[in-house]
Amino acid sequence: MTVTAPPDRERQEYFPSGDDYQHLLHKKSRRGWTVKMMLLLLLATAVLGLVILLYTIVDDSFGLVAVVNQNEPEDILASYGYDPAVTALSDLNKEQLVDVLAGTVSSGVGRRLERDKRFFEDRLVFESQEKWDEICASDEAPTGCDGGVRDKGDVLELVEERVIAPDIVAAEGLTASILNPNGFKDSVEKDFVENPASYGDYSYDQVRYKWRAWFSWKFVTSPASDKPEIAGVRTAVLGSIWLVFITVLFAVPVGVGAAIYLEEFARPTRVNDFIQTNINNLAGVPSIIYGMLGLAILVRLLEPITSGSLFGEGAPNGRTILSAGLTLGLLTLPVVIISSQEAIRAVPNSLRNAGLGLGATKWQTVRSQVLPVAIPGIMTGTILAVARAIGETAPLILVGAASFITVTPNGPFSQFTALPIQIFQWTSFPQEEWRHLAAAASLVLLVLLLTLNAVAVILRNRYSRRLN
Amino acid sequence: MATDSDVHDASMEQKLKRRHRPLERVIVGSLFIAGAISIAVTIGILWELGSESLLFFLDGKVSIGQFFSSTEWQPQAGVFGIWPLILGTLYITFIALVVAIPIGLASAIYLSEYASVRVRNFFKPVLEILVGIPTVVFGFFALTFMTPLLRSIFGDSVVGFFNVLSAGIVVGLLIVPLISSLAEDAMAAVPNSLRQAAYGLGASRLEVSLRVVVPAALSGIAAGIVIAMSRAIGETMVVTLAAGASPRNFHFGTDPLFGSILNPFQGAQTMTGYIAITASGDLSYNTVDYNSIFAIGLTLFLMTFGLNSVSRRIVKRFRQEYE
Repeated sequence: MTVTAPPDRERQEYFPSGDDYQHLLHKKSRRGWTVKMMLLLLLATAVLGLVILLYTIVDDSFGLVAVVNQNEPEDILASYGYDPAVTALSDLNKEQLVDVLAGTVSSGVGRRLERDKRFFEDRLVFESQEKWDEICASDEAPTGCDGGVRDKGDVLELVEERVIAPDIVAAEGLTASILNPNGFKDSVEKDFVENPASYGDYSYDQVRYKWRAWFSWKFVTSPASDKPEIAGVRTAVLGSIWLVFITVLFAVPVGVGAAIYLEEFARPTRVNDFIQTNINNLAGVPSIIYGMLGLAILVRLLEPITSGSLFGEGAPNGRTILSAGLTLGLLTLPVVIISSQEAIRAVPNSLRNAGLGLGATKWQTVRSQVLPVAIPGIMTGTILAVARAIGETAPLILVGAASFITVTPNGPFSQFTALPIQIFQWTSFPQEEWRHLAAAASLVLLVLLLTLNAVAVILRNRYSRRLN
Repeated sequence: MATDSDVHDASMEQKLKRRHRPLERVIVGSLFIAGAISIAVTIGILWELGSESLLFFLDGKVSIGQFFSSTEWQPQAGVFGIWPLILGTLYITFIALVVAIPIGLASAIYLSEYASVRVRNFFKPVLEILVGIPTVVFGFFALTFMTPLLRSIFGDSVVGFFNVLSAGIVVGLLIVPLISSLAEDAMAAVPNSLRQAAYGLGASRLEVSLRVVVPAALSGIAAGIVIAMSRAIGETMVVTLAAGASPRNFHFGTDPLFGSILNPFQGAQTMTGYIAITASGDLSYNTVDYNSIFAIGLTLFLMTFGLNSVSRRIVKRFRQEYE
């Protein structure tokens, strides 16, 4: 049998030589380069998406605002006989500032401010001495009775908030404020001409421009408000912290326990296989379904427990921190279990065998050999799961986070709001000011998550060093 | 001597006998209970979705047949046909996948086959940060960046303030890291010997990636895409904020397909969007509205559960075992 060589043309195609070979190589490498660049470009798109997202948030968290002051600082200074050109409001002393405040706010508001904290140690401004003594002697003595006194900065802030009382009529992002401040001013002026109705009694002459950091320490420490000028996220941050506390309290013991059982004790019986499959399934259930579980079971069915009425606490219904925290706990449970399982599985078998070989029981081995080695991994997984829970919004909407609440949550049975809920609410308001507040609140949330992740990394590094 | 040692042995035997440890049994028992809680959660979900849905259908206002055949969703008028909500959900999911599959797969291929260690160390954390950002922040992003961008490109008169495209693109960005990490895992599982054999035959990096590694990892990649799809269907905050709250009621035949039914520039309510909006208002128990969110929740649950099962089946059936 003879082997016939393929005809020349065909051979040329399979095994090109000379210039053709060079040409083929060239073509191949060019195509390779093109595809590589396309892949890189697509990857860069994802990075670009993240960068733009973060930029949008930061951009909206700072910038110029157009405000209309209820009282101009110049007029206040002039009425006290100062020349506004040389004296600023902050140059006044505390007595004068309190005078300004007392001259403007209603006596009701003044009394409330005084009950929160006194203005002077030796005298009362808004309240009569007899009434004050009576209030302080009662069971519900306000915080002002503790004897703390407002300092000048505090009073100045009150004057700015209550007397000058700036009303924000328009706001601009950071980039545009820096690059084109006049464009913003022109557009506000134009809008005043075109839509005077939306500005009520204000005229454009009253508008002042100033810089505002929506994201500031004051923003973090102020309670929620229906005025964007003074609204803050303290209530929401505290609500979120309470939720995390309850979530961790539930999900960590149960999750780690389940992981230990499945990895160390469970024989491959049908029940145990079912538990494992079930956990994997639960990890894929959308978070909003957990919210519905929380609504139907925790809020409604278990209302006597979750509202605290069983323990003599008085929440009006089951829409409490406890319900929401447990809902988030159920939501994070599968994630905690799966990551803990991975951490436990990574512990080398030699450790278990050594423990058992020395006569320790299974539980003793798990407790003193396996768990200490697995803990860094478990903690990292748990913290990441908790970080996810903090950002969850949909389940909280379902279990009834209050949309507007200014009272600091004081226990598991109080009503609550949370940071993501606040962002959701503010984002859905049409006015521009709220959008900037939503951006600032998002920034707070991201900083919180970043801190949490950093803690996870630090804890992990520290523990693994000790173990080595 | 012998007897002495016998006595000794007997007492040792006594000592070495397995001691009864009641506490240990309690501990193992409670560990089992911790594991079984997950079953209770599943039962809770099924029971609550099932019973409330049953109430919804037994109410007499809507039958199961109408629920799954009507293309109008108008709760105020008592018309409950789920298709407009499913349309919104699937449309946004489709746009999200169109955005996320190329980006996610390209990222995975590049990171797994092309990138040097340094490049990987730069890009991996970026994708991980993207995973950690809460969805409500993505919703804010959709409303304050993506929608204005689309409106400035296509015109304010064409693009509505709430629109499907903006929501879809942002949901796509949200699931990119999911696809890329699952696909990368699948490609990392392809043994190096396959790559080396291909290189030995003179294949280029491109040929190795696209003709050897990707086909070998295809089951894992497909499973990842299905998981991402399930995630997009269950996504709530972005669609609630950016796609609006009006269901896209439609009539096949009379409505133009692309002008109205599939217009990407107008809003559409999704299943999750309806649940969230309805629950955020004043919702009293035992009303049709209250029960309707559970009927939708059940549909949503079945859809995502089905997709997750499909993804597991894909991995099981098509996984190639390499020695």
